[in-house]
Amino acid sequence: MLEVSGLVKRFGGFTAVNNVSFRVDQGEILGLIGPNGSGKSTIFNMLSGTLAPTSGSILFAGHEIAGLAPHRIINRGIGRTFQIPRPFRRLTIFENVALAGFYGQGRHSRAKAEEAAERSLAMVGLPTDRHASVDGLGAAGLKKLELAKALATAPKLLLADESLGGLDEAEMDQAADMLRNIRDELGITIIWVEHIMGVLMRVVDRVMVLDHGEKISEGLPSAVAGDPRVIEVYLGTDAETTQAAAAEARRRAGG
Amino acid sequence: MMGRGRLAAWGLGLAALVALPFVYRDPYHLHILVLILIWSFAYTSWSMMGRFGLVSLGHGGFMGIGAYVTALLWNHLGLSPWIGIPISMAAAGALALIVGYPCFRFRITGHYFVLVTLALSGIVLQVITATRDYTGGSLGYTPNRTSGNKLLALQFDDKTTWYLIALGVWLFGIVVWHWVDRSMARYALEAISEDEDAAAAAGVDVTAEKLKITLLSALMTALAGAIYCQYQMFITPDTVSGIAVSLQMVFAAIVGGLFVSLGPTVGAIITILLAETLRIGFGTQAVGWDNLVYGVLLVLFIIFLPKGILGSLLDRLKPQRKVPRAHEQEAVQVARPGA
Repeated sequence: MLEVSGLVKRFGGFTAVNNVSFRVDQGEILGLIGPNGSGKSTIFNMLSGTLAPTSGSILFAGHEIAGLAPHRIINRGIGRTFQIPRPFRRLTIFENVALAGFYGQGRHSRAKAEEAAERSLAMVGLPTDRHASVDGLGAAGLKKLELAKALATAPKLLLADESLGGLDEAEMDQAADMLRNIRDELGITIIWVEHIMGVLMRVVDRVMVLDHGEKISEGLPSAVAGDPRVIEVYLGTDAETTQAAAAEARRRAGG
Repeated sequence: MMGRGRLAAWGLGLAALVALPFVYRDPYHLHILVLILIWSFAYTSWSMMGRFGLVSLGHGGFMGIGAYVTALLWNHLGLSPWIGIPISMAAAGALALIVGYPCFRFRITGHYFVLVTLALSGIVLQVITATRDYTGGSLGYTPNRTSGNKLLALQFDDKTTWYLIALGVWLFGIVVWHWVDRSMARYALEAISEDEDAAAAAGVDVTAEKLKITLLSALMTALAGAIYCQYQMFITPDTVSGIAVSLQMVFAAIVGGLFVSLGPTVGAIITILLAETLRIGFGTQAVGWDNLVYGVLLVLFIIFLPKGILGSLLDRLKPQRKVPRAHEQEAVQVARPGA
């Protein structure tokens, strides 16, 4: 469904993403991990149209989308969340999502937008009350709103950017389950960018690891977590988590 | 949705406004009312985009184009204002798109957008002054009196007719305001004014939405200029164009209340009454004083009453309006660097 090849992004002399190629299949959850500054967000921004690639191709459902404006990409069926939630505080929760439902689905009708808003809010577990203010939401609530906005655009592919930062453990598990439900129930393909490896490894079908803008590993979670290059990249910063994740993944693969 | 009570109140108020000139005929007071209605419409037109943080100081330019193009077409080509006004509006709209597109496409926002529009005001003023052979320059310009059909020339001698025309135009402005307020475009524009990237990620074509509201606002402002010209039968660059007029729009809209439909109208009542009081009370000594008073009041309002007179009053009458709108203060921040 998504085929990325030879993707490059340079900012002046700095190469943020260097010749990255990958593909995502229909109905898959692909995890995208890597340390800070490894190019994850840059790749996301190119997939969603916020940044134009320096070179390379992004084929979505057979069409080249590299360099298209964000609203066009969304109307083709790629929704995104932001790493730090960006709600519209001048609008109510419902209006936030209805806006995405209206413009994200190609401005069909208000009724269709409001229906999409109700569905998306219910899916993520936020109140569908039309007057509820965004100001009443905490960190977890804002993440849910971010997800509801993306879902209301009726995506075929969802780009979830570090959905779990700032959540406690129970909330993390809940959010991870939610992403899986979104895939299972709505059939939405997902690319999930995450710092926190443990939870991610539990949910994704495949993982791709980036370091300094290059792809260093790709495969099943169990294989990737055991990859010496991945352990090296995460060593010192996140070695325990990596190994725990590897153990967990191996255990799950075995049982 | 408007409640029944509110609808009834609007109906009663309108009926009273329509009946007024048939009951009360003092020409001076009717003249003041016509001015208030025309300027209210101009201020409402400005606030269409101003309320979304798109603070334009270029609207004097659009108003000047509306007035001058209509009058020039009438005097030089004998074109009836019925055709001239749409042409002048189209001209203002084209200018709005020419200036707006690069601004929005290349993300010129906030203070920089204000500066670009300020330049627009200045340029239109300069063009009117520089082409003085046609426009009369700073001495002003008068559309030729018609000897034929008054309706065709849109020239009427009696105040009652003008009052009704101005009332109709004003009402049109209020209706458009409500239409935008209840549309999905309002959601999009509120979102854009907060975070353009996030709005784009929700599928909003940011450039197109901003262009649309700018175009609407410019077209309406040009109409206000043309109607003003037809009513006064005398225009100067300073009364319908230029930076002073642009600033007056900002002042009136903010003082009256940017986020309520009748806010700009309240702003017009205040500015016109202030100007008239100064003119009558102090005569020629007070020329330009109104601008001084505007300046001081604008600073005080932005600091102490950012929702304007009507907006704050409505908040006080109904302390729990549907959503707490504290955020509305942010929209005037562009006029208040560093706040």
